[in-house]
Amino acid sequence: MLKRNGLLKEFKTNWLLFLMLLPTLLFFLLNSYTPMVGIYYAFTRFDFNTSLFNSQFVGLENFKFLWKSGVLLRLTFNTVGYNIVFIVLGNVLAIALAILLSELRLQWFKKLTQSILFLPYFVSFVILSVIVYNVFNYESGFLNSTLKQLGAEPVDVYNTPWVWIFLIIIFYLWKNVGYSMVIYLASITGISDEYYEAAKIDGANILQRIWYITIPMLKTTFVMLLLFALGSIMKGQFDLFYQLIGNNGMLYNTTDILDTYVYRSLKVTFDIGMSTAAGLYQSLFGFVLIMTVNYIIRRINDEYALF
Amino acid sequence: MKIKEDSYMKGFRIVAVIVIVCASLACLFPFLLIISASFTQNESIIREGYKLVPSVFSMEGYRTVFQFPKQVLDAYSVTVFTTIVGTTLGLFLMTMAGYVLQRRDFKYRNIFSFFIYFTTLFGGGLVPWYILITKYLKLTDTLTVLIYPGLMTPFLIILMKNFIRSAVPDEVVESAKIDGANDFTIYSRIVLQLSMPGIATVGLFLALHYWNDWFTSSLFINDTSKYQLQYYLYNVINTMSFIAGMGAGTGISLGQELPTESTKMAMSIIVTGPILLLYPFVQRYFVKGLTIGAVKG
Repeated sequence: MLKRNGLLKEFKTNWLLFLMLLPTLLFFLLNSYTPMVGIYYAFTRFDFNTSLFNSQFVGLENFKFLWKSGVLLRLTFNTVGYNIVFIVLGNVLAIALAILLSELRLQWFKKLTQSILFLPYFVSFVILSVIVYNVFNYESGFLNSTLKQLGAEPVDVYNTPWVWIFLIIIFYLWKNVGYSMVIYLASITGISDEYYEAAKIDGANILQRIWYITIPMLKTTFVMLLLFALGSIMKGQFDLFYQLIGNNGMLYNTTDILDTYVYRSLKVTFDIGMSTAAGLYQSLFGFVLIMTVNYIIRRINDEYALF
Repeated sequence: MKIKEDSYMKGFRIVAVIVIVCASLACLFPFLLIISASFTQNESIIREGYKLVPSVFSMEGYRTVFQFPKQVLDAYSVTVFTTIVGTTLGLFLMTMAGYVLQRRDFKYRNIFSFFIYFTTLFGGGLVPWYILITKYLKLTDTLTVLIYPGLMTPFLIILMKNFIRSAVPDEVVESAKIDGANDFTIYSRIVLQLSMPGIATVGLFLALHYWNDWFTSSLFINDTSKYQLQYYLYNVINTMSFIAGMGAGTGISLGQELPTESTKMAMSIIVTGPILLLYPFVQRYFVKGLTIGAVKG
């Protein structure tokens, strides 16, 4: 009773604020909350012509199939594995480049190279597909035309699954390192010069200054980016994987992640029950993971907690 | 007093320059390959493959694109339209939301913030969302579906909220209220004015999303004349028959004569061009925005 009065009173005084927020709330209600009802598909054999709750209920059959066929395990392994590599290499490279860049003296050179390193972030993922086509296609790709010129045998990259593990990682770094580098660079710029001056007077050389001042000062930024990344560890870089691999079944074993599997089940095989089940598994697993991570962080250091 | 540079410094700088130059070249290299290929004669691509420097210079790729511009122009207009409408509408809604959610005297701001944030933690997944849009909202092959899903993201709303909080002092809002301004007037006259750098950053994120979006088209659009630019390019690159269809409807048969390889690359340049041209002017705002966002958390 008391609570309802509170809401009513608040609504009376701030009705305009409620109104301004309303479209946003409706958007998320429609776009994010309504689909949650559809989770039920995961437990049915889907039929496009009947309504949601008239579809045949099959219990956990879809999950059982995904589990028994080993698909779920492989997808989880790939998704998490790639993400861990992305997080580690991405941050190491971004920090290294940011530190090197921050020590440069020539302003124009610094600005120019920073812009160039940030450039790939801005182009679409479809361009990745163009690049891969340009460099690796068997008949006329840059790689093979160079190899032929050198008198070497052309290679069929599209039929060599292990290569793609590296290609995916390389192209991930190519596309994303610039973005985190800019963030790290911003926090390096924020470090007070006094620390460095004091260190210089004490005779610390450049490597010592980086190791004892710059890197420790980047900890907050690193933890922040790390937590964001951990929160979405079950979500793959769908655009990246799909544009590089597409529907090339030869490569699925090493390059299929949950997102690509769900997308393909929807677009190609139209297996609604199965792909909803895989999607639900992804969502739940991710949810449990982020809750656990957040709980641990709260216990270690409250300030860094996500919520 | 000048402090003496330590002996490592010189060597370190040299290493830094070398590493940075190498990394920059690695970032540029793929673009150079595409640009070069777009200016290469098709026949020589088929004979010798793609190269860093065109062996036979030719504009035929571009000529082909401009000879039958209908499909590209369609895709361009779809993308320009969705980018402008989506960015404007998205900014309007998200600045309002950000403003309301950062108002300290708005009692339920935390509950509503969590309502929005929760969607990043858990969701129904791709398939139920797809079925909602195709089966219940019936938005297949409409421009609406290209615009509406990208209007807002929790991340951008939080970013906007932080921007506004740091740019608009509470006292300003208070005194405007005492002068009799209502909340919407305060928002439109004061808040928008003060948080311009933040709006620019969020706007750029939005515009970039719409410009580079191919995913929405791939799910919901079957009518080729409504393809977004990037999805159109995707089809040009990956579907053999797509280029041959360029002349369709004009009554001119293109047959085998079409320079497919160089046309693919020319198309990529035409699609990416606006981004590359605007990039030098735009990236400053991104850097500035990310800096504020990173520092304020």
